[in-house]
Amino acid sequence: MNRRSIKLKVVVALAGLAVVCAAHAQKKEAAAPSKKAAASATRDAVTTEFEKFRELMEDASPAELFEARGEALWKAKRGPKNASLEQCDLGLGPGVLKGAYVQMPRYFADADRVMDAERRIVHCMVTLQGFKAEDLAKQPFSSESRTPDPVLLVTYVAGQSRGMKIAIPQKHAKEREIFGIGREIYNFRAGPWDFSCASCHGEDGKRIRTQELPNFTSKEQAIRAFQGWPGYRMTGGLMHTLQWRLNDCFRQQRFPEPGYVSETLTALLTYVGANANGHVYKGPGIKR
Amino acid sequence: MKLFEASNLGAAALAIALTAQAGDDRAKAVEMMKRDFHARGIAGMDRLNEDGLQALCNRSRNQPPKEIAERMERDQIEAIKYPADGKLMGDWKSGERIAQSGRGMSWSDGGAGASGGSCYNCHRIGPNETSFGTLGNSLYQFGKIRGSTPEIQKYAYGRIYNAKAFNLCSTMPRFGHSGTLTEQQIKDLVALLLDPDSPVNK
Repeated sequence: MNRRSIKLKVVVALAGLAVVCAAHAQKKEAAAPSKKAAASATRDAVTTEFEKFRELMEDASPAELFEARGEALWKAKRGPKNASLEQCDLGLGPGVLKGAYVQMPRYFADADRVMDAERRIVHCMVTLQGFKAEDLAKQPFSSESRTPDPVLLVTYVAGQSRGMKIAIPQKHAKEREIFGIGREIYNFRAGPWDFSCASCHGEDGKRIRTQELPNFTSKEQAIRAFQGWPGYRMTGGLMHTLQWRLNDCFRQQRFPEPGYVSETLTALLTYVGANANGHVYKGPGIKR
Repeated sequence: MKLFEASNLGAAALAIALTAQAGDDRAKAVEMMKRDFHARGIAGMDRLNEDGLQALCNRSRNQPPKEIAERMERDQIEAIKYPADGKLMGDWKSGERIAQSGRGMSWSDGGAGASGGSCYNCHRIGPNETSFGTLGNSLYQFGKIRGSTPEIQKYAYGRIYNAKAFNLCSTMPRFGHSGTLTEQQIKDLVALLLDPDSPVNK
C-alpha cells in the first residue's frame, strides 16, 4: 500500500472516530441520572467503535513506518565496533529473523539464560556492536523527541513474525524454570495497595474505567498480551514495546521500578507468552 | 507505611499453603525481583517486602485457611482508627472528586496529601459517571438500599479504611491503613455513599 492511500484511510478512519466521540460527549451531557442502561450502552458503543477503528487501521498501520526505520538500523554498521546486527542470533541461527519474535523468550546457550526479544536485541547491540548496556538503559522508552534504537529494532524484528503462531519453547530446563518463576511474580501481591498482576489480570470480563482487562492466566486471552505490541499508541502518538507496557503496569501496581530488559520481565513474558502458544501473532499494531 | 509483622499464626499456615515446587519458584521470584527493581520517586524498595497479610494471601493464592483468615480479619478490624469526634460523614461533593482521582502512591505521584481513592477505576458509583470499572461491585444507590444509620456509616468507613478487615484477601487496597487517604477524605467518601443528597442515592 502506498503512502497516499495510507493517509487517506487514516483520515477517513479518524473522521469516523471523531463523529462517534462527539456523539458520545453529547449523550454523556444529556444522560439522565437514573438511566443505567443508557450509560452502559454509551460506554460499550465507544469501545466497539474504537475496535472498528483499530481494525480499519490495521492494514495502514503507522507501525510499518517504524518497522522500516528499524530495518535500516538493523543493517547499518554502527557502534564502537562498527558492525551491523545481521549476525545477531535470535534463536534460529545468525541473521534468521523470520519467526524469531514469536519464539522468544527462549534459552540462549551463549548467554546461558532465557531472554525475551528486546533483551536479546540489546544483548546483540552490546556484544556485536559494542554499545554499553547501561547507556541503552538510560532512556529506553519513546518520548516526543526520540524513539530509542531498541524500540525500532524490536518493531522490525516483530514485523518479521507477522501472521505466525506464538511458539514460546518450554523444552530447556531453564525455560521451564523461568515459566514457574514468572507465574509467582504474576501472583505476588505487595506494596501499599496490595496489588499483583493478577489483581487486574486474573479474571475474565473485567474493566478499569472503560479499559477492558485481559485475563493473561487464561489460554484464550493470554495472546492479548502480545497482540498489537510493539504498538503505536494513540495516547501520545508514540511507539512502545512490551518493555514499556510492563514498566507502566508496575508503576500502577505501586511497585518500585523494574530494570530495563531485566530477568523479571523475561519471566513474566515467558509465563504469559507460553500461555498464548498456538495463537496467531498479527504483527506490530495500534493501541488505544 | 506501617507493616504488619507476620504473626506466628500466619507463619504456621504458610507451610501448608503452597506445593513444594511453587514454594521454590516463589523464593526465586522474590529474590529475582529484589535484584531487578530499584527505588524510584516515592516508591522505595521496601515495597517488595510483604507484610503478614500479603504473605498469607500470596502463599495461599488468596484462599487462606478459614480460622486463620477470621482471626486476622478481627486483628484488622481492631486496628481501624475511627475519627475521634465520632463524625463519619463529610461532604459528598468532595467525596466525588476523591472518588474520581486515580492519583497516589505511584512513582510518578508526589507524597502525602495528593492522593485520590481511584474508586471509579473499579466501581460504578454516581449515575453521571459512565466511565467506571467493574473489578468491584456497583455502589450506585448504596445508601438508598442500606440507609445511613450509625452502624452503616461505621461499616462504610471501616471498609474504605481497611477492606481486608472484612475479606482478608480482598482485591481492594487498604486506603486508611496504607496512609493513602486521610481521615477527612474517608469521611467525604462515606458521605458520597450514604448522604441522602448525594447523587448516588437519588
